[in-house]
Amino acid sequence: MGLKDILPEVMTEFPEMGRSDIRDFKKGIDGAFRDFVHDYGEVIENFFYPLKMFLSWFDRLMLSTPWPLLILVFAILVWLGSRSWLITIGTVLSSLLIGYLGMWEDMMHTLALISVSTFVCLAVGIPIGILMAKSDRLQSVVVPVLDFMQTIPAFVYLIPVLMLLGIGKAPGLIAVCIYAMPPVIRLTDLGIRLVDKDVLEAADAFGASGRQKMFSVQLPLALPNVFAGINQTIMMALAMVVVAALIGAPGLGSQVLKAVNNQYLTLGLMNGSAIVAIAIVFDRVSQRFGKRLQRHTETIHG
Amino acid sequence: MADNSIEVKGLYKIFGPHGEKYIDAVKGGMSKDELNVKHGHVLGLKDININMPSAKIQVIMGLSGSGKSTMIRHINRLIEPTVGEVIYQGEDICKMSKADLQQFRRHKTAMVFQKFALLPHRTVIDNTLFGIELQGVSRGESEERAKHWLKRVGLDGYEDYYPNQLSGGMQQRVGLARALTNDADILLMDEAFSALDPLIRMDMQSILLELQDELHKTIVFITHDLDEALRLGDRIAILRDGAVIQQGTGQEIVLHPADAYISDFVKEVNRGRVIKVDTIMGSGSAKSDLTIESGSSLENAAKMMTESEISAVNVVGANGNLGHVTMKTVIDAMVTPATS
Repeated sequence: MGLKDILPEVMTEFPEMGRSDIRDFKKGIDGAFRDFVHDYGEVIENFFYPLKMFLSWFDRLMLSTPWPLLILVFAILVWLGSRSWLITIGTVLSSLLIGYLGMWEDMMHTLALISVSTFVCLAVGIPIGILMAKSDRLQSVVVPVLDFMQTIPAFVYLIPVLMLLGIGKAPGLIAVCIYAMPPVIRLTDLGIRLVDKDVLEAADAFGASGRQKMFSVQLPLALPNVFAGINQTIMMALAMVVVAALIGAPGLGSQVLKAVNNQYLTLGLMNGSAIVAIAIVFDRVSQRFGKRLQRHTETIHG
Repeated sequence: MADNSIEVKGLYKIFGPHGEKYIDAVKGGMSKDELNVKHGHVLGLKDININMPSAKIQVIMGLSGSGKSTMIRHINRLIEPTVGEVIYQGEDICKMSKADLQQFRRHKTAMVFQKFALLPHRTVIDNTLFGIELQGVSRGESEERAKHWLKRVGLDGYEDYYPNQLSGGMQQRVGLARALTNDADILLMDEAFSALDPLIRMDMQSILLELQDELHKTIVFITHDLDEALRLGDRIAILRDGAVIQQGTGQEIVLHPADAYISDFVKEVNRGRVIKVDTIMGSGSAKSDLTIESGSSLENAAKMMTESEISAVNVVGANGNLGHVTMKTVIDAMVTPATS
């Protein structure tokens, strides 16, 4: 005789909401959201239109530029960021190899998506991080939202994004941004809050205004953390390219998706490796660049 | 010359969420412990009244927890007082608007910190011109002024170093140069030399005295070191548990300590360096060819007499002979009284 036989039914069977009630509940919310999409879909689409145009323009620019010129541009950018021959040569060789293996176009799509979404994440995320560092109240509101953005399965927010914007590059971009933006916000906030109190007091004592304090003391000293955030944001954006492909963003991710659906092992490995190569280059360059901005931490005197 | 004296009047600071509620109780005699244990508030400063003379060095001395760092932060209002006034040129700093306070901090005060508080991401020159950059001085002019003061504190050639690359003593020279570059009338020094080793500390004290000889700023200097206080201070105020227990010149404090706490303090002091010949001289002139200037220390008088093996010396001022001291009176005064 188990415990179940002794206890009253209400303790053994979970007292659920009625089946029809649940159906109505879901229907109600679905219906309301559908109405919302119907009424405001266009407004929202128009709101994201400039972003979509920007992404399309950048995508076309990458694709229409002759490949030797692009590789040269990559090499120059990587050199300027990292000042390392090893990383520069690695970038050139891996670009050549990716192109040779027939993934050039997809790589351009992916690079365009990553660049634009990183740009959006920083343009939105860094100001939010700054405001958060200034206001405890804002921080207490934003942190749970960030937790939500980072932990909710990406497929769940793909649903409303799809309903609002349909299939294509723009919803892909938004999905990537939702997932990739939290680190840069968090670490901007953290970096500013960690700035040495003594230095802030000195700035106050010399009569710094709030703006002067932010731009000549707090932000520069928060840079190591902000850069760690930027680096994480880029990495997370790259991790999202396959999910973005699910809602129609072209690129290496969509090839991986094709490989999964058809069990093409080699296709999957090739495109996956290309994503890894891009990730390594972005990571090394952004880290080196961040470190170079921190020259002052090198000590001669112990 | 403008009057740059600072007058602190009836200043109280009670730390805690409702400090103002307990002011009357504290004025009525509630002790620091009672306030802390019963009401969870900390008494920072209690009825502080100090007249800080213009163009002089006012030292505020006390051990840790005495409230001296809290005190100095009321002069540029980094800490808001609970009640009280800090008067400078007829204006109460505690009542200034935010904008006025910012201007006051930019133009009238400059501060040197115990932990240097330099901006680690800026070079020495960029740290030095930080204050006048905030004032809006153009880059060219500010660089020139900063270079001038870096040279004065002995940091010529270090302009492009980062603070991290310098020793503590050199970092504090940058801190001092940063404050001097501001060209403010009031210089606030919060345990500015406490973090430095003894030799470098002496060195920095000399630099400060040398600069003060020509600059004549109103300097408020916080320290926990009596020797430093006596060496630098034109006037000294001693703080204990947030209250001033004695103020006066160094000599007054050494000769007439107000209570047992202060006598304990001054016991170990080199009295020969603090007490002036004028204080102990007898009237009339002695049969001696030696003369010493009024205001000299006993130590100098003793040295002079020992070197020339003569046991008396005449004290002279601008108008001739003022009196004389003998080896015996000098040594008597230099030896710490057995009980006091």
